[in-house]
Amino acid sequence: MMQTRTLTTLNTSRTPQMIFWGVRWSALIYLSVLIALPLIVISVEGLRGGIWSFWDSITRPAALSAIFISVWTAALMTVINMIMGTLTAYVLVQYRFPGKRWLDSLIDLPFAIPTLVTGVMLILLYGPQTPIGGWIEDQFGMRIVFSSPGIVLALLFLGYPFVIRAVQPVLASLDIHQQEAAYTLGASSWLTFRRIVFPAILPAMITGGLLSFARALGEFGSIVIVSGNIPMRSQTAAVYIYGQVESGNLAAASSVSLVLMAIALLTTLLVDYLARRRTAHA
Amino acid sequence: MRKFVLIGLVLSYAGVLLLAPMLALVINLLEYGLDTIWAAITTPEALLALRLSLILALCSVMINTVMGVLIAWVLVRHQFWGKRFFNAVVDLPFVVSPVIVGYVLIVLFGRQGWLSGFPVQLAFSTAGMLLVTVFVSLPFVIREVMPVLAAITPEQEEAAFTLGASHTLTFRRILLPILWPSILYGIVLTLARSLGEFGAAAVAGGGVQGVTETATIYVYRALQDRNDVGAYSIAVILGLMAVGILILMNWLRPQEGKKHVD
Repeated sequence: MMQTRTLTTLNTSRTPQMIFWGVRWSALIYLSVLIALPLIVISVEGLRGGIWSFWDSITRPAALSAIFISVWTAALMTVINMIMGTLTAYVLVQYRFPGKRWLDSLIDLPFAIPTLVTGVMLILLYGPQTPIGGWIEDQFGMRIVFSSPGIVLALLFLGYPFVIRAVQPVLASLDIHQQEAAYTLGASSWLTFRRIVFPAILPAMITGGLLSFARALGEFGSIVIVSGNIPMRSQTAAVYIYGQVESGNLAAASSVSLVLMAIALLTTLLVDYLARRRTAHA
Repeated sequence: MRKFVLIGLVLSYAGVLLLAPMLALVINLLEYGLDTIWAAITTPEALLALRLSLILALCSVMINTVMGVLIAWVLVRHQFWGKRFFNAVVDLPFVVSPVIVGYVLIVLFGRQGWLSGFPVQLAFSTAGMLLVTVFVSLPFVIREVMPVLAAITPEQEEAAFTLGASHTLTFRRILLPILWPSILYGIVLTLARSLGEFGAAAVAGGGVQGVTETATIYVYRALQDRNDVGAYSIAVILGLMAVGILILMNWLRPQEGKKHVD
């Protein structure tokens, strides 16, 4: 009896230490390896031939245009998404209407559905042989699928929840008294929104927008279906990298990967910095 | 008046953006008739692809749940040098292009790769596909668990310790019940991301029919081969799984909301 008791006390005093260090090191090593490997591999491979060969491969017309298309489609999506996402979050928080719960759940659909399936759905809705796609082409002479509008549309689908889910909680926690005070003092609802609500939700809008931008920049599954992969016209950077890997042109794949990854990393760090600044001020 | 304009605008935007494409897919598929669809789903390649997707997703969920809770624990509870940096880069898998993730695996473990002497074949194999799937869905459990863990006050744990409970018992009886809803929500997100992964798995696995072909890769190849029924029917199955996941997410989220109110 006496002996077992001393044994257990010994055990409880030593195992926590071991568990503590075991947990810490397994978590940190696992995380470092997983995060660092891609960064190291792409940096080394991208700069393997020296800075000039890196420069040459990213300034080749097809590569340059792919990076450019990725950036402008993602940026356009981000702007639309920040407006429509904020509006959606506003409507969801402020108003009661039939179907509100449905809308609120539907918004997460892009998180749940495989992006490749999104691409398939979009070509079936807007493809040149479909009623809607054909009509738009006849009326406006504009192709949606196999062209850049299709890319923007796929990215809008993908990015829709980001701004909403960032803005929604902030809107819900806003002090209603401030808005009421503004009304009482004779401010119009637009003025109230601009001067009271907007400044409060702007950081969340930017965070959500930046996250959707970073996510959109690397998007592959939906775009490879929707864009038709026409070099210089509808080929994004991720699709370009895929093509170069498939054809064994690894130097070109690595260089464009390095550019894409650098932008993604900078965006993540910026989001983190903004979040930190916000909590520091609050 | 303004209210109805805004609601109408948002509902039509969400309808056109999210619902219309889903309807288009379902309508296009149903034109083939149920027999053809059933035949397309039950081809051996389609079934193998679905099976591989499910296996990869389940394994990825298991690994990411265990490691995710562990990492969240260390990032919240431990103090160490570089903690801020680790905290910032956890989201990286979320924004790195999946194509790049698959490519990195090939550069590392391919025939002339950096680590080509590695005993397990990872390039162009299901093991490698699992690795990239785990990578792309790494942040979800961590990001769901961290805020909940950070909000727990030490009283309950201290009480448990004082009453003589061991660390494992305290974790199991005090912390796990509090963390469970957020873990579950993270699991559902991980499951969705893993099931839907395409770019990374396609590059890392090489998309060999019947061997390293997941459901999404099957849809892509079926489209290339002009096997439209095959592509649409598996796409609808993936879509149905997504709807199921959406219902789960929705069912799990209110509990989280309630907790914030308390």
